Amino acid sequence: MDGRGRRQVKRGFIGILERLDRRWIFLAMAIAVAGPIIYIGITGKTLPETATPAARAVFHAIEKLPAGSRVLLSFDFDPASGGELTPMATSLVRQCAARGHKLVFIALWPLGAQMADDAIRRVITADYPALVEGRDYVNLGYQAGNEAVMKVMLTDFVKAFPKTREGMATGAVPVLSGVTRVADFPMLITISAGYPGAKEWVQYVVSSSGGKITMVTGCTGVQTPQLYPYYPGQLAGLLGAIKGAAEYESLVNATLAKGDAPTPPKYLEAQRRMGPQLGAHILMVILIILGNIAFFAQKRERAAGGGAAGAEARP
Amino acid sequence: MKRLVPMWIAIIAGFAMLFSAFFPATESLGEIFGDAFNVIAAIAFVLGAGSLAKVNLEKISRKDQGWGYAVITLICFVATLVVGLGKIGAHPNPNFAALPWSGEIQQEGAVFQWIYEFALVPITSTMFALLAFFVASAAFRAFRAKNVEAILLLVTAFIVLLGRTFAGVVLTGWLPDWASGLRLENLSVYIMQVFNTAGNRAIIIGIALGVAATSLRILLGVDRSWMGGGGDK
Repeated sequence: MDGRGRRQVKRGFIGILERLDRRWIFLAMAIAVAGPIIYIGITGKTLPETATPAARAVFHAIEKLPAGSRVLLSFDFDPASGGELTPMATSLVRQCAARGHKLVFIALWPLGAQMADDAIRRVITADYPALVEGRDYVNLGYQAGNEAVMKVMLTDFVKAFPKTREGMATGAVPVLSGVTRVADFPMLITISAGYPGAKEWVQYVVSSSGGKITMVTGCTGVQTPQLYPYYPGQLAGLLGAIKGAAEYESLVNATLAKGDAPTPPKYLEAQRRMGPQLGAHILMVILIILGNIAFFAQKRERAAGGGAAGAEARP
Repeated sequence: MKRLVPMWIAIIAGFAMLFSAFFPATESLGEIFGDAFNVIAAIAFVLGAGSLAKVNLEKISRKDQGWGYAVITLICFVATLVVGLGKIGAHPNPNFAALPWSGEIQQEGAVFQWIYEFALVPITSTMFALLAFFVASAAFRAFRAKNVEAILLLVTAFIVLLGRTFAGVVLTGWLPDWASGLRLENLSVYIMQVFNTAGNRAIIIGIALGVAATSLRILLGVDRSWMGGGGDK
């Protein structure tokens, strides 16, 4: 075969696959994601979820904590991962508020404090107006220093967070009366998107507390495999990505459902996002299969070409 | 001197933090260095801002490729800084109504909050969402069953991709209870909890040993590479 022959444009299905412009893949992904979003948006229907043991463990850990217990919530994420983590933050705050726990919000990511503000507005201010800021919950805002902040919290919580987000002295806030160190919180909930996050909380705080703190976490999909080694030892429960959030959300919704009244859309965000995830995952599987069909076709062609060349070379 | 002083600071701070974890009597010493770290971390923000300005101004003055983006970066940086420090649009705190700057910049109506809600949140979310498109393209072109390891990886990817959606229930939900372990959603959990955990634990233990060895080298002054390549003057 001469050079012109080799450059000949291949026809047929394999040829299309080999020449496929990535913009077609982008378009297919857009349709795979947009389709379910539009469908769920119009119909309001969500896919059913069965909770895995790790998600059930988060729910039961919060549920079995005596009502009115103090819970420390660390919002270690920013808007970039908000799509994945905001729904679980909403459900975690909702379950804690419904159980009557006292909530103390902190952040080790600069924008985490605003994410906590959003969760407070969305859940507590909107649906639990009886809860009073300072008495039942407080946002202590962001503190720079990553693991160093955790180390200081181990011995002196007020020193690590001397003021609330509103500028009040932390020691004067009723919800924090009697708190001297982080071990005074029976439960720690972290919503984590990377560093510093759940892994550092396990290594610096939970491991040093001698089993006094029960920790549960919700994290991004990328972090989930890295956190499984700590479950169910140092981590009492684990919500992995939007799937974990959807499982946990369905548990919280089932528990807090008020008769036949429909669940507000803000408490269905994780389950709604499982639709686009389904579309995207199926497309990924199809693309991988198509990519491999093209790969094996090329391989067979090369082998046939090599064999033919070898036959021609033989006397 | 340039290398000796930082080295001794590292040695003293490192040993103080190390001892504070094992001996309760030295706990307060660890706290002092913890506080010092927090102060340095806060100052690092100023350093970061200075560095951002320097790098972008240099880019503009040299008219490097894409210098227009540097102009936009600097304009946005300065605008956010002025709006945040000046608390523009923020109403005074009701407890200190006479003080115009006593309000919070995160409140409704404050320009800083507006920038956060209508610029930062959509931009960062868009950047993250773009991942889906590039991952799909990469999966099509690079995820090939070239050898046994790649085939194992492919099979695992299929199980986890399908098992973490409703597709897993549709495809294998019909399996009887005695074979429920083979349902995709259960296989996915099994892969995460057994194979993934085993592999990750091995990596974590390996990293921990490496960190301990490197830390000891730094604490004993054997490894000085962290100070950079400057001369000892």
